[in-house]
Amino acid sequence: MSDNQQGLDDLDRKIILATQSGLPLSPQPYVEVADQVGCSSDEVMQRMQRMLESGVIRRIGAVPNHYTLGFKGNGMTVWDVPDEKIREYGTKIGALDYVSHAYHRPRHPPQWNYNLFAMVHGRDREEVLKKVARIAEILGDDNRGHEVLFSSRILKKTGLRLG
Amino acid sequence: MDSIDRAIINQLQDEFPICDRPFQAVAEGLGISEDDLITRIRQMLENKQLSRFGPMYHAERMGGGLSLCAMHLPEAEFDAITEQVNQFPEVAHNYARDHHFNMWFVLATETPERIEKVLQEIEQVTGYPVYNMPKKEEFFVGLKFEL
Repeated sequence: MSDNQQGLDDLDRKIILATQSGLPLSPQPYVEVADQVGCSSDEVMQRMQRMLESGVIRRIGAVPNHYTLGFKGNGMTVWDVPDEKIREYGTKIGALDYVSHAYHRPRHPPQWNYNLFAMVHGRDREEVLKKVARIAEILGDDNRGHEVLFSSRILKKTGLRLG
Repeated sequence: MDSIDRAIINQLQDEFPICDRPFQAVAEGLGISEDDLITRIRQMLENKQLSRFGPMYHAERMGGGLSLCAMHLPEAEFDAITEQVNQFPEVAHNYARDHHFNMWFVLATETPERIEKVLQEIEQVTGYPVYNMPKKEEFFVGLKFEL
């Protein structure tokens, strides 16, 4: 992909390493990052702004933990929709407030015919299933099959880390 | 968790500012002090009501590879193969799911080319096929819970 790397240099990478597990919880967090990587805080802010604009940083903010906040039902829903309509439906379903991620992924026929993934959150499994029914209504006849995969166990969970 | 905490969570799902005193700027909008905001964020991280606070980096745009992979494993071998799969440092998250495809993990590699190599290594070690499902397009990634 041509958007790899985005012209990141060593200082950008140092900033990424210093902030990938979180921003310092102090009144001047960018000054603290600057002290860690050895440049001015203006430089850190400019570079983070640039990474935000180029999409290297998706956003800066908080990630709520669904589970501890009472959203104990999380289902990976998978759908078989016509490929030519995937963008239309992906955009529509991704915009629903109970969907956190939506992706177009490859099918592996005959074992796996689903091409649209949407992570659906609810207070419990029952609520997730109700929301799945609403998505099925949106898709109508273009829903050629779907399933909900609930997770039964977390087997491993580490953050995504740069080396 | 009170109404201020909920307001903080709702607010921080939007953009946290890049400026000299960003907590001060957000706190003013919420009508609380900078110190109170920082204390509450720290508390919510400790209580695991927040799983992260800071910049979310986009792995592929940093030059890395990322993919979702699925496997179908017999129940009797599931735990032993979980250990084999989890030993790969490239396996970032791994979930057991109630389905014919009962193991789902995310691979994160330093380069996109490494994904295929690691997949083959996992297949060799475990003796079972790995179904590679890298995203072709992303429609929305984010959280927008109104609490």
